[in-house]
Amino acid sequence: MTDAVILAYDPEVPRQIAFFLIAAVMVFSAFRVVTTKNVVHAALYLVLVLAGVAAQFILLGAEFVGVTQVLVYIGAVIVLFLFGIMLTRAELGDDESVATERRGMAALTGVLLFGVMTYAVVDVFDDQTIDRTEASTTGQIGDAIFKEYIIPFEAVSVLLLAALIGAIVIARKD
Amino acid sequence: MMLFAADPLLVGDFGWDTLAIMLGKVVIAFALLMLSVLFMVWFERKVVSDLQNRIGPNRAGPWGLLQTLADGIKLFFKEDLVPNKADRFVFGLAPYLSLIPAFLTFAIVPVGGDFTNNNGVVPMPGGEQTYLQVADPPIGVLLFLAMSSLAVYGIMLAGWSSGSKYPLLGSVRASAQMVSYEAALGLAVVAVLIQSESLSSHDIVAAQQGGIVNWNFFATGVVPFFVFLIAGTAELNRPPFDLVEAEQELVGGFHTEYSSIRFALFFLAEFMNTVTMSAIIVTLFLGGPNGPILIDSLGWFFPTFWFMLKLFVFLFTFVWFRATLPRLRYDQLMDLGWKLLIPISLGWVLFLGAQSIGRDRGWNSIAIVAVTALVFAVAGSLLVAAINTAKADRARALEEDPEGAHGRFT
Repeated sequence: MTDAVILAYDPEVPRQIAFFLIAAVMVFSAFRVVTTKNVVHAALYLVLVLAGVAAQFILLGAEFVGVTQVLVYIGAVIVLFLFGIMLTRAELGDDESVATERRGMAALTGVLLFGVMTYAVVDVFDDQTIDRTEASTTGQIGDAIFKEYIIPFEAVSVLLLAALIGAIVIARKD
Repeated sequence: MMLFAADPLLVGDFGWDTLAIMLGKVVIAFALLMLSVLFMVWFERKVVSDLQNRIGPNRAGPWGLLQTLADGIKLFFKEDLVPNKADRFVFGLAPYLSLIPAFLTFAIVPVGGDFTNNNGVVPMPGGEQTYLQVADPPIGVLLFLAMSSLAVYGIMLAGWSSGSKYPLLGSVRASAQMVSYEAALGLAVVAVLIQSESLSSHDIVAAQQGGIVNWNFFATGVVPFFVFLIAGTAELNRPPFDLVEAEQELVGGFHTEYSSIRFALFFLAEFMNTVTMSAIIVTLFLGGPNGPILIDSLGWFFPTFWFMLKLFVFLFTFVWFRATLPRLRYDQLMDLGWKLLIPISLGWVLFLGAQSIGRDRGWNSIAIVAVTALVFAVAGSLLVAAINTAKADRARALEEDPEGAHGRFT
């Protein structure tokens, strides 16, 4: 530990560079999700977007949220998307029947949603900064969920259980 | 650098020797894993031969040890075929998608270090100290779960991009199987985490330090261990859960259309996954590198030796499974996962949670066990009643309409 120090400069610089690189990949992939005509490729581009979100969380020092993003969205939700696609329409190559006529409305909805979410984020957080001196936020998240937010957490759990049972009831005919 | 702050290597300045040690650990871990795959392929063929009264590979090198190398070189020089209807980019990408998670998981496995006297810290040349694992992120075991859920992509996309129906059927089976067993796998891990009270693999091993009595035989050694072993075998798609590549039904399953080096990569990934899964079992349930240090001057040697020995036991177990157990039918696979493993491991996690709260609040431990047994009995009989009712319903539907859409397997 006596030799030359190679990481003594401000860690904000590589963080910013990484942020913009990942953000560029995310924007490109998000654009391809809606423009590609191959349904499986669209799902794979969505994987890239979600992996980018996970990477941004890790850059912010929220590694628990980042890995949960990978575990839940990439590891489960998209896998089920792909599973559904393969069971129903697994043809390779471009699918010309992918709907294009409602493009205008979809774009309008996207822009409106973007506006609302930007306003919400700016309105709530304004110019707050995140304290990144803590080594790991995992314990804090656990404490917050199971102490402060235990009622909403349980309510959401029951809601998910209801959705699960509902899905089984709808799917089973006997 | 706060993400990896737990490793003493990263405490203090980040200099060139820190970087050199990090790179060295990555290279050595990768080389070791590759070597162990070479060994594992030979070992599996040899043991299966022994169990089937055959001789097995014995031409290349002493006892046929170099057979895998010869096969690898042969595959490398074979023609690389891409089916006409394949999605070329995804077809090329899939083998790497199944290889990379296998290696990344190995990064969190502590392969050595004296946990008895020194908390797993190993001195390095140049005055640095480090753990003998590639990385010790605070999310630790979650990385293993995330990687095992990513491993499904390689198989799924290989099957889809081949543009052929047997691979597609294989990959649909694979994704259903892996998603189903991930839940049981995760719940078995939760039981370990309740005992260790940390996600980091280093802390899990450190919590089991001090001999066999600290391996939590009651809490994790029976129910979660066997659930993890079964669900882990299913995650690996190894026999008896190898429906993904059931030769009699699906030709070769998801890799039917793969040849040459791309097939070799799938083969490599499968065996690398086996080694990594064995290493994770040793870490979670058997104290990792913990063990008696018989000669004090060889303190660096014994932990790695014990780790390798325990690893070897599980490598043999997986081969043993392959040689002994017949493949499950698809409905048996789903029944085992959803109706047995998940309820059992979920119930055990709830029991461990109740015990942990009871310890904090000073409840009577016999009362906790009695209440848990009662709750389990009620919940178990409700589950069995529900399963039996569903079975009877389907049997009746089949009787009324033998050609109906209810299927023959109930």
